[in-house]
Amino acid sequence: MSNTNSTGRDAGTGLKATNRSMDRVQASLRRRYRAEKRFRAYGLISVVVGILFLFVLMASILAKGYPAFRQTFVTLDVYLDSAVIDPEGSRDPAVLRLADYKRLIRNSLQEIFPDASGRSERRKLVALISNGAPFQIQGLVMDEPSLVGQTLTLEFPASADLDMLMKGHIDRSLPEAERRLSDAQIGWVDKLVEQGRVHKRWNKALLSNGDSRDPEMAGIWGAVKGSFYMLVVTLVLSFPIGVAAAVYLEEFAPRNRWTDLIEININNLAAVPSIVFGLLGLAVFLNFFGMPRSAPLVGGLVLTVMTLPTVIISSRAALTSVPPSIREAALGMGASKMQATFHHVVPLAVPGMLTGTIIGMARALGESAPLLMIGMVAFIVDVPQGFTDPATALPVQIYLWADAPERAFVERTSAAILVLLAFLIAMNSLAIFLRRRFERRW
Amino acid sequence: MIKKGLAAAAVATLAISGSVGAQSARDYIFIVGSSTVYPFATVVAENFGRSTAFKTPKIESTGSGGGLKLFCAGVGVEHPDVTNSSRRIKASEVELCASHGVKDVVEIKIGYDGIVMANDKKAPAYQLTRRDIFLALAKTVPNDAATGVDSMIANPYKTWKDVNPELPAVKIEVLGPPPTSGTRDAFVELAMEGGCKSFDWIKALKKADKSAYKSVCHTVREDGAYIEAGENDNLIVQKLQANPSALGIFGFSFLDQNADKIKGNAIDGVVPTFDDIADGKYPVSRPLYFYVKAAHAGVIPGIPGYLAEFTSNKAWGPDGYLSDRGLIPMPETERDQFAKAAKSLQPLKLAAN
Repeated sequence: MSNTNSTGRDAGTGLKATNRSMDRVQASLRRRYRAEKRFRAYGLISVVVGILFLFVLMASILAKGYPAFRQTFVTLDVYLDSAVIDPEGSRDPAVLRLADYKRLIRNSLQEIFPDASGRSERRKLVALISNGAPFQIQGLVMDEPSLVGQTLTLEFPASADLDMLMKGHIDRSLPEAERRLSDAQIGWVDKLVEQGRVHKRWNKALLSNGDSRDPEMAGIWGAVKGSFYMLVVTLVLSFPIGVAAAVYLEEFAPRNRWTDLIEININNLAAVPSIVFGLLGLAVFLNFFGMPRSAPLVGGLVLTVMTLPTVIISSRAALTSVPPSIREAALGMGASKMQATFHHVVPLAVPGMLTGTIIGMARALGESAPLLMIGMVAFIVDVPQGFTDPATALPVQIYLWADAPERAFVERTSAAILVLLAFLIAMNSLAIFLRRRFERRW
Repeated sequence: MIKKGLAAAAVATLAISGSVGAQSARDYIFIVGSSTVYPFATVVAENFGRSTAFKTPKIESTGSGGGLKLFCAGVGVEHPDVTNSSRRIKASEVELCASHGVKDVVEIKIGYDGIVMANDKKAPAYQLTRRDIFLALAKTVPNDAATGVDSMIANPYKTWKDVNPELPAVKIEVLGPPPTSGTRDAFVELAMEGGCKSFDWIKALKKADKSAYKSVCHTVREDGAYIEAGENDNLIVQKLQANPSALGIFGFSFLDQNADKIKGNAIDGVVPTFDDIADGKYPVSRPLYFYVKAAHAGVIPGIPGYLAEFTSNKAWGPDGYLSDRGLIPMPETERDQFAKAAKSLQPLKLAAN
């Protein structure tokens, strides 16, 4: 205020006035520089904090998850006693299937530890070997009945408790009652290690088995296949439908109130929480059409409905980015509207459409909430062999394992997360690759 | 090229929808129900699938109530064959079943589960009574616990010492499951109602006004002392380690697996151990059940085999594999009784209820 007054009064001394406003600029300049610096610092801090969080998350998952890829195995000499397996010598598959293979393992362990006597001692001894071991022998014998009567040197997965001990998750200094393994069991394990019978090897089961309640037998292959079948259904349905809808809306549809309404609804659908699509799947696909529960087919349909808006929106964006001169040139050369669209515009927009679709697929792969409603959150041991077999999906498997009481599932949960992340990174990289490789800029 | 792609997609869609028809006969057992029974049922299912020629049953963890709702929806391959439950079926649910044509339901009790109040290993041990638990966690408590004046006030207690002078002066912080959980239902019924009944006038109220009695005894406080920690019990275990002054509520099997990190506190003078829950000395334990649709037994392959596996001594016996997972076995007479019911598919009569 006083400044304006003073300029008014000494109208003759214009130089002085300019000086004064320069002073003001000078004075504010430092403040403005400071503000800019501050803003840059805020931005940098946000980025650093973001990276830090990501780093902590990844580091903790990696640190927890990588031991799960290795599993402890115990080598035993098993005598396939025909008196135990098949006392009558009939070699009938039904007899071979039901034989007491656990006893063979117990016998083999007793030979190493003759001092373990009594029912509970022997039970503790057998508890060192995976519950899956008897079925491993069962499989061998059923494939090759002539093995009965021989002594085989076999490698069995150790029980989860032994595995945890070898990986250092069981504290030997704790009182016996607070450990999952007793003093005697730890003594036996030490002796097995001394004899060179305990090895850590690549955990093949984790990637090749279906789900199991024994951590050492549990694998994610069933979930991976379930996710695969679901994504096939989603891709096969959402890509053509989404692209067709986008091409029609962008190139052919008249602009009127109806198409506006459709457009608004598509944008709204893209923001609907995914569990709502699960409810829709339950009401429409399961209850109305009577499709099977827990089937990847239904999961794929639900995820199709969920990803369609994403595909349509990104496909439309890809079509809009094709310059109008291309259309005009085609039409000018005498092409019909359809020819101009399908021969010239769509091929140029395909990379963008593919990118959008792949990102939609990646979202569908990471989705578990809608699957809850259609029964895909379930314990399923058998690996699905088709679109209507009961199946789970990768995120669901992670959710189920995170809830399991057994300690060894903690590292398996993280390992499954690593596998899921690997798939997501691969899909997103593919999207980036396609964009780089085929996208044209004008 | 695009046209061909579209045609291929249409063919693929037709092929997929065509294979739906092949689904009509289901060749695996379909089980739903309680998340408490889930860890036990899954082990049985896996053993059954491995040791027989049948497929491994599919088990969905839907909660006891949700499971019974699905179970009672009708007879037919699209409906579950078995539902697990951490409480007994209600008369209303039996009616619901009957109204949808599910008439013969076989009830199998499989054993017991203890609900523990645990805290961090390094934290002091609490000697709780059910009355303490009620006074600490109820929304309203008797006006003066000592004199027992017949009126209720909003729960004023902030520390355990306020509840019972013998307990430490630590803030009341209890992590537990949300209201949708069967564990929560059972905890409220067994621990809180048990303490609630120790006030004579409230016990008298049960006869006079059942719904008032229920709202007094079953309502958990909402002022932050009871923290709903979600259904994931592993998470509660982790939170207890981070916060040694908090107590957590969960099933015995989680205490069993994490005995190196947390400890169970005594309730009414009994520490939750395998033996004391089996004997019935530990007061907060509940029976677990599953229900089978008798009408499905001849239709879906493997049901009798699954029942035989579940009711065999190598599964639910005192040395069976289920006891390794934390299920508390029943006494032998009860086991025999339910094994017989499973074998003969003897339908449930709720007259005993």
